[in-house]
Amino acid sequence: MFVLIVGAGRVGSAVAKSALAAGHEVSVLDEDPLSHERLDAGQSKSWEDSGGQFTVGTALEIDALVQAGIERADVFIASTDGDNTNLIIAQIAQRRFGVERTIVRVMDPARAGWYGEQGLHTISPTQHAIEMFERALQLEPA
Amino acid sequence: MYAIIAGGGKVGRNLARELISKGHEVTVIESWRERYLALEEEFEHTAQYGDATELWVLERSGIQRADVVIAVTGDDEDNMLVCQVAKEKYLCDRIIARVNNPRNHDHFRLLGIQPAVSATDLILRLIEHEVPRYGLVHLLALEEERLEIIELEVNPEAPTVGERISDIALPEGSLIISVLREGAGFVPKPDTVIQAGDGVLLVLNPGLEDAITSYFAPDGHGG
Repeated sequence: MFVLIVGAGRVGSAVAKSALAAGHEVSVLDEDPLSHERLDAGQSKSWEDSGGQFTVGTALEIDALVQAGIERADVFIASTDGDNTNLIIAQIAQRRFGVERTIVRVMDPARAGWYGEQGLHTISPTQHAIEMFERALQLEPA
Repeated sequence: MYAIIAGGGKVGRNLARELISKGHEVTVIESWRERYLALEEEFEHTAQYGDATELWVLERSGIQRADVVIAVTGDDEDNMLVCQVAKEKYLCDRIIARVNNPRNHDHFRLLGIQPAVSATDLILRLIEHEVPRYGLVHLLALEEERLEIIELEVNPEAPTVGERISDIALPEGSLIISVLREGAGFVPKPDTVIQAGDGVLLVLNPGLEDAITSYFAPDGHGG
């Protein structure tokens, strides 16, 4: 599978590394050239030597997406630190480039919920945290 | 009319002022505290503090009853999101979005966000009007309808000079709708004869510009 990940923060870079380790072809796009360090961290070989691809650019630039390989991506992961950016670029990946699977990180549970109902595969870390707190609370007797 | 304006910068603030002076009800949403306080000083309760891309902020502003939602923040993703949510979740009839970076125009179109207004494009169009490239000026683009209205200045070498309108075989999908001559415009009749220096207004399907230009401004620097 060819996986394109936009946004190499903690989540994006970790998912990139595990996808590469699992044998997938992985391309990462980030506007900050320094984010490349996160891909190398804790690895014995550099990201490129391990077979990874890294492109510097913003996700709304079509040229950057194309350079990062969106036209042959099977999976598109939007994991920048901006909810709105993620929601917009995921729809661009879906509608303009016909990427079959798009997964979007959305911190705000409300937006994650509504866009999820519209057919986007959203993941809300905040929602997961809320549920974990609620579960943790229920363990304590009142 | 009730208008919600997302973004209280220069554009949003002046827009709010104009709409209020015309008697409309307005809410301006601004997420930057200092800017919000300045807005509140001028507009009082009309200004709301918050991130307009948060659904509850939009709901608090009464988006369910808004007649128009105008997204004019400095961030194109935010403007797209506000308009998409307004249109598709809250079923607002009219949305207007500001495009900050003209290269993002396609994204607005892709998500069905129309009209999307770009100041850069507007200024470029004005420049084009002053300094016509190939003598052709885009006057109006009806994107949904897939029609354009253009203006061309007829140059002396044009094959249509001296021809009657009824004898000019224009490509399918184009029509002369008006002729501008000596400072006045008129709707041509079949026997109207095209003269060098005329301005002609045509309605056409997008993509026919080059073909049409060869009829009226063939050497590429009209008039």
